[in-house]
Amino acid sequence: MSTDVDDPRIVEFDVRTDEMLVNMGPQHPSTHGVLRLVLRTDGEIVSEVTPHIGYLHRCAEKIGENLTPRQWIPYTDRMDYLAGMNMNLGWSLTVEKLLNYELPEKARHLRVIIAELNRIASHFVGMGAYGLDLGTFSPFLYAFREREKILDLFEDACGARLTYSYITPGGATDDLPAGWLKKCETFLDQLLAVIDECHTLLTTNEIFIRRTVNVGVLSPEMAINYGCTGPVLRGSGVDHDLRRDGEERYTEMYDGYAFEVICETDGHYPSDHDYPPVPESAVLGDCWHRFYVRMLEVIQAMDLIRQAMDRYSTAEGDYGVPIKLFEKLPKGEVYLETECPRGQMGFYLVSDGTSIPWRTRARSSCFSNLSVTEELCRGVLLADVPAVVGSLDIVMGEIDR
Amino acid sequence: MSGPNLVDQLKQRFGEAITGANLEAIDPWIEVSPQGLVEVCRHLHDEPGLEFNLLNCISGVDYFQPDEKKAKKFPWDVHLEVVYHMWSLPHKRSLVLKVMLPRWKDDKEGELPEVPTVSGIWRTADWHEREVYDLMGVRFIGHPDPRRILCPEDWVGHPLRRDYEMPLEYHGIRGR
Repeated sequence: MSTDVDDPRIVEFDVRTDEMLVNMGPQHPSTHGVLRLVLRTDGEIVSEVTPHIGYLHRCAEKIGENLTPRQWIPYTDRMDYLAGMNMNLGWSLTVEKLLNYELPEKARHLRVIIAELNRIASHFVGMGAYGLDLGTFSPFLYAFREREKILDLFEDACGARLTYSYITPGGATDDLPAGWLKKCETFLDQLLAVIDECHTLLTTNEIFIRRTVNVGVLSPEMAINYGCTGPVLRGSGVDHDLRRDGEERYTEMYDGYAFEVICETDGHYPSDHDYPPVPESAVLGDCWHRFYVRMLEVIQAMDLIRQAMDRYSTAEGDYGVPIKLFEKLPKGEVYLETECPRGQMGFYLVSDGTSIPWRTRARSSCFSNLSVTEELCRGVLLADVPAVVGSLDIVMGEIDR
Repeated sequence: MSGPNLVDQLKQRFGEAITGANLEAIDPWIEVSPQGLVEVCRHLHDEPGLEFNLLNCISGVDYFQPDEKKAKKFPWDVHLEVVYHMWSLPHKRSLVLKVMLPRWKDDKEGELPEVPTVSGIWRTADWHEREVYDLMGVRFIGHPDPRRILCPEDWVGHPLRRDYEMPLEYHGIRGR
């Protein structure tokens, strides 16, 4: 038989591929935001990924240099718009650190309730959107149905459904309305069943497992070196959560709470719940593990909210301390990071002694999390690129600020 | 937190590369000269007992008051700072390093000040340094990919500088 390449009967020799540059995105803002990836492909194999960001850059840091800390709160909402409460909290704690405020007990527990509720909402969107990235639509609807209920709760508390500006330096803008805790309790009671549904839809779904297991494996060393934080870091088996390990000003909010960092140690996740098992083929640090850590964090957040509600209802003090809109800031600088749903969000504030900060800087968690795609997507199949990028659960508003 | 011990240790080892420290600040910081930065960082990253293996953030701060009236009351000397916030995962503590720079290299306006890159130590620095270059105008010597990251490639100027002026127009779009 001839091995002549030009022989039309021998197909194998005829399928030669060239290197090609493929442009992916900029995507529609409704999912993760506007991200553009330029892929260098050889056939189906991706050899190089270059993320292009900045499409949602709104100069938040520059704006912060012209407003008082309290006036900048609405801008922090718009960074990670899926977890506005957590952004408010991070900035508020930074300002309080500079002003050295002591918060009443009640305000601290209120903040835990709100922040953890938003974590659930955010992880639900992350889960739903990940399903969309992999080509399944139903989990998205299940996730958004539950998220709506949380947004209703937030609407009751502060009037807004997406950009809350609820947690402010000194506490919150208002107390929780009467009957709110009861509604929250009802919501939590039915949530566990929904999470089981989600596990059936995605976590233990055979197609989902095959798409995510052993794809985009991120080693713990690489995760740390790239500055990945949050579920991405814990999905690689690094036991680090600022709610336990962070600065005292932040960890004192969670003082005395029964709380375990969600992270695999010795092949096991914390096992006080009836979790679905880890598939045998899963490798620590792959897309499946990152997704799983998020799902477990939802259950844990529910636990934390229940504990916080108990404490809140008996706590002393008010929901906040009075603060002036144009309060003079002491000269100095502070940096504080908090554990947001997507990772560690840090704020850096430099003050020259006036009421307006000299410099505001937001350290974005997704910014560092996204930078690792270049490494993760090298050598994967083209169809796996959305699986990898989706598993990082990015929000472009936070990356571009 | 960086106690006095750490500062003494570093001073002993690196001598003049450690140019100062402020231990009374809310977040105490250590000041490093640009020439010694990479060595100090490598030491902080590798040395057992320190192991600052997570670089949280690199920020640029421009200390310059363009308004002449306000400049008289301005509490700082005119300069530019690059601030490194880092965290040690094994020892659960943070550290702040600062590099002080002139606003312009050799005081020639338009010549960007220079710092060596630390992206060889922490890969986080890669994107963070690109952002500082883009918004604050600091050149990182030896950076593997020194492009702008948030602004478009052909943007003029560095927006977070205090004397930055919005361009009059950009590709036919009115700026101000």
